[in-house]
Amino acid sequence: MKSLEELRAIRERMQRQIDLREQSDEDIRVVVGMATCGIAAGARPVLSAFLEEVSKRGLQHVAVTQTGCIGVCRLEPIAEVYVPGEEKVTYVKLTPEKVPRIVAEHLVNHSPVVEYTIGAAE
Amino acid sequence: MKELSLHLLDIAQNSLAAGARHVALGVEEADGEITLTVADDGRGMSPELLARVTDPFTTTRTTRKVGMGLPLLRLAAEQTGGTLAVESREGVGTTVTAVFHAGHIDCPPLGDLAATVALLAQGLSGETELTYMHKGPQGAFTFDTAQVRAILGPEVPLSLPEVAQWMEGYVAEGEAGLRPEAPPERGTRLDTVREGTT
Ligand SMILES: Nc1ncnc2c1ncn2[C@@H]1O[C@H](COP(=O)(O)OP(=O)(O)OP(=O)(O)O)[C@@H](O)[C@H]1O
Ligand code: FES
Ligand SMILES: [Mg+2]
Repeated sequence: MKSLEELRAIRERMQRQIDLREQSDEDIRVVVGMATCGIAAGARPVLSAFLEEVSKRGLQHVAVTQTGCIGVCRLEPIAEVYVPGEEKVTYVKLTPEKVPRIVAEHLVNHSPVVEYTIGAAE
Repeated sequence: MKELSLHLLDIAQNSLAAGARHVALGVEEADGEITLTVADDGRGMSPELLARVTDPFTTTRTTRKVGMGLPLLRLAAEQTGGTLAVESREGVGTTVTAVFHAGHIDCPPLGDLAATVALLAQGLSGETELTYMHKGPQGAFTFDTAQVRAILGPEVPLSLPEVAQWMEGYVAEGEAGLRPEAPPERGTRLDTVREGTT
């Protein structure tokens, strides 16, 4: 059962971590496009997969956020990854299956998955 | 859209874009009809915009010249013999009500409501609250982000992946409780990650 107790435990755990770490300008950001065309193309399970993967690995320096339109409907679902000090990387035609690799290789090891990027698709 | 829950996610994004402080999602199943509602206290629409907002391609967005969300919902509802109504007042808010005939062959499944609710909550700004009520034939389930925030306190945000996952699991269990007899349908939590491939 998902109980409120469990939520309280998350609070305790997270508060301890928030206390321990520096504040957020250094965070990596993952931004998933959630406009109508993105949702219709499958953005919801892609966003779920990012949240699941980041939480499973306990990546505290990664923020997963949502935006409206990213601007290239035919390449949805799209996610942009911002690593401080590095160029923005745009991933296109995402599926939940592609997400663990992006998290492992790009968010953890700082090596973008080139074959999923907009550059490879165009 | 393959699921009613995806329409709900999309229409609720309009409310967030309109600066709502409170968004109320409703799903009601009764008498062979499924009624979806999205009510907000956002900036509302002018009478002129309201008059044409369910016609394909009305939009005030600037990144492209067509709006699809409300026209798609209207089409989907009308294909089942149902209706779409949009009420809105400038400065007051907007309520979108879509009625689907559940028995119609073109009626999409409800789908993964837990994912829709949890992801909307995950994306909320600190000033906006979301409530959700699903009335099924055997009872009702409600969820309110204000209650979650009350437990999390001011420092732990809804946007944290761990919190989002908890919310999804919590709502999924509430949803399952509305269907005590039925086996898990497509669109329960376990399907979330696979859904994009089908
Ligand atoms: N809840 C709301 N409050 C205020 N204005 C709204 C609301 N819902 C829709 N609108 C207005 O109606 C327009 C059309 O909405 P619709 O969802 O059909 O398309 P869109 O949001 O512009 O684009 P899309 O949904 O295709 O990404 C919006 O651009 C907005 O101006
Ligand atoms: S509307 Fe399709 S990418 Fe923005
Ligand atoms: Mg819209």
